[in-house]
Amino acid sequence: MTTIKSPKGLTRRALLARASAAGATIVAGAGFIAAPNAAWAYETAHLDARVFATLVQMARDIYPHDRIPDENYVVAAKGYDNADAAAGITAGIAALDAAAQGKGFGSYLDTGWERDRVDILRGMEDSAFFQQIRGGLVTGLYNQKAVWPIFGYEGESFSQGGYIDRGFDDINWL
Amino acid sequence: MAAPFDLNDDNVVVIIGTGAGGGVLANELAQKGVSVVALEAGGRYLPEDYVNDEWESFGQLAWTDPRTTSGDWRVAKDFSGLPAWIVKAVGGTTTHWAGASLRFQEHEWKAATTYGPVTGANLLDWPIDAAEMAPWYEKAEDKLGVTRTGNRPGLPGSNNYKVFEKGALALGYKEVHTGRMAIQTRDDGERIPCQQTGFCFQGCKWGAKWSSAYTDIPEGEATGNLEVRERAHVARILHNEAGKVTGVEYFDRDGNLQMQRARIVCVAGNSFESPRLLLNSASSMFPDGLANSSGQVGRNYMRHMTGSVYAVFDKPVRMWRGTTMAGIIQDEAKHDPSRGFVGGYELETLSLGIPFMAAFLDPGAWGREFTSALDAYENMAGMWIVGEDMPQETNRVTLNHDVKDQHGLPVANVHFSDHANDIAMRNHAYKQGMAVYEAVGATRVFPTPPYPSTHNLGTNRMSENARDGVVNRWGQTHDIANLFVSDGSQFTTGAAENPTLTIVALAIRQADHIAREMSAGNI
Ligand SMILES: Cc1cc2nc3c(=O)[nH]c(=O)nc-3n(C[C@H](O)[C@H](O)[C@H](O)COP(=O)(O)OP(=O)(O)OC[C@H]3O[C@@H](n4cnc5c(N)ncnc54)[C@H](O)[C@@H]3O)c2cc1C
Ligand code: SF4
Repeated sequence: MTTIKSPKGLTRRALLARASAAGATIVAGAGFIAAPNAAWAYETAHLDARVFATLVQMARDIYPHDRIPDENYVVAAKGYDNADAAAGITAGIAALDAAAQGKGFGSYLDTGWERDRVDILRGMEDSAFFQQIRGGLVTGLYNQKAVWPIFGYEGESFSQGGYIDRGFDDINWL
Repeated sequence: MAAPFDLNDDNVVVIIGTGAGGGVLANELAQKGVSVVALEAGGRYLPEDYVNDEWESFGQLAWTDPRTTSGDWRVAKDFSGLPAWIVKAVGGTTTHWAGASLRFQEHEWKAATTYGPVTGANLLDWPIDAAEMAPWYEKAEDKLGVTRTGNRPGLPGSNNYKVFEKGALALGYKEVHTGRMAIQTRDDGERIPCQQTGFCFQGCKWGAKWSSAYTDIPEGEATGNLEVRERAHVARILHNEAGKVTGVEYFDRDGNLQMQRARIVCVAGNSFESPRLLLNSASSMFPDGLANSSGQVGRNYMRHMTGSVYAVFDKPVRMWRGTTMAGIIQDEAKHDPSRGFVGGYELETLSLGIPFMAAFLDPGAWGREFTSALDAYENMAGMWIVGEDMPQETNRVTLNHDVKDQHGLPVANVHFSDHANDIAMRNHAYKQGMAVYEAVGATRVFPTPPYPSTHNLGTNRMSENARDGVVNRWGQTHDIANLFVSDGSQFTTGAAENPTLTIVALAIRQADHIAREMSAGNI
């Protein structure tokens, strides 16, 4: 974990407070965001770090799984950190922040409860931006092999000879 | 002459598509000494190539060439470019299929007579019946190795089945078992028995499940009478001034247009591509497309009344372990109009992995209502509903001239809206399916909407009279004697049962007819 000052001149403390209000990420400097516990860090290439952090929060609010760590949402969001997608994402996040301001919050990240953010998202769920992010997450999040064990899903079994001797019929509570 | 055959060899039977219909027909004809060129748009993948990963396998095998959709079905909204989940590969959708292999019930061959007039439905009796089909069904069951037919035992019940069975019996259902499945249960020296690996939809890596890709196709090739040309996409069927078909034009693997002459052409590209091909083959002699004097080519598209029911319990089920679909309740398959609809439906166990569950449980849904369901994935059980849907003239495949595929050919637009009978049946099935799980203590149930269609039927339907349909009792087009339809698009009505056993039985029977007519010099 590095850097302290945000480009917008916020103190690190203010930033931290803000980020933890949103639940997770820390925007730390231009293009660098990290988890408060240093479990993951990602340097954005094309997106502003704050835009990216908002995107990650939005992803979690669309498909909230409390047992899935931020890093998997970051993996899904990274797909948009490229030259082609950046402008659209930036505009979409600006609209999201504007919607949040319309409801009296400083920004999307500047909300306390998930229900407030969900409320903001409901108001824009028919937008192309929302549908792009939601649609992308269906594979971007759930097709990460790393999240499968969190759901108990075991994936392929061919390499282990199938489930014939490994519990295809082991249910014991019926 | 032995395979490979010359492009100018006009003695060959050309078969378009190598799935359940085309793959079986190709082998059956080859076994009888008929020269066959099978043209397949997809590549060749065998058990060692299959990937037990839902999206990766989809990328490997699925037909993803562009198609468009319209109508009020939810698929047109949630999966507008993907009306069907079917395969583009040697073996066609028999690589993906689960293997459920059921005969039609006797009355289902005569839907118009049995059900009487149904407003808005274009019902018609098949020109054939159960007695005529019985010997062909028996051959098909032997070929596919269907469990619970012949002397073949059933599959063992998986966790998903056990939950389903317990609920079914609690509701008083009687016809409950692990299904009639085209899956090997014992070692007969040919196919390895099922190892319960649980990726039946992604291609069976053991070859335990029947697929024409690794059974009929290589058997046919071994005779020297069958040449399968992969990555050969047929663009149009050609005809002469006498109105007989003479061959086909296709794009080869390098995108070059080739022409293969033929004595007979059999279309087996599944129910979107087969009518699309007939329509794309329009000429000055046949301005509405080939074999379309009835105007029925592309019409009466059926996809089965489907839906799923998933349920969550307070303890683990782990439904993904084992066969994907080996479990059935048949009590609701009967025709009993007192339920508020004609025809019937089957309930069959089903499981999806997390990646597909996320895409299909409730497409478009988000937030905690949705994610808490997935959080309970380990404790989930699932079933699929498959019932007879009503043929409607307006549910149809047409050419969309505004959208072209990679070869510059107009794509198929698929228009579908449920009939009131379909909706009444689905609601009944949801209620029964949820009751099955509630009887075992489900804490939450999900009446899940239909997926992109896996069963695609009826767009070149069989009819006694030329004015009512596209093909006769042999799958031979009413208009052109040496042009046949050999896939599920022949279906006059869909019945409640999964279609493939019937497609295969019809293909075996058609091969017999074609060989006989060829030797009699009639075609
Ligand atoms: C996930 C899934 C599960 C299923 N489970 C079951 C089940 O349990 N029981 C059951 O009965 N059915 C099941 N089905 C349905 C079954 O797979 C189909 O009914 C059956 O395969 C259809 O046979 P077909 O010959 O009509 O077409 P297909 O098997 O789809 O074959 C058509 C072939 O034609 C090729 N083709 C198309 N157009 C062209 C062209 N222009 N040129 C060259 N080639 C072309 C395609 O690439 C394809 O290979 C399932 C389907 C899916 C997707
Ligand atoms: S569960 Fe059985 S039939 Fe299905 S893919 Fe595995 S081995 Fe094949």
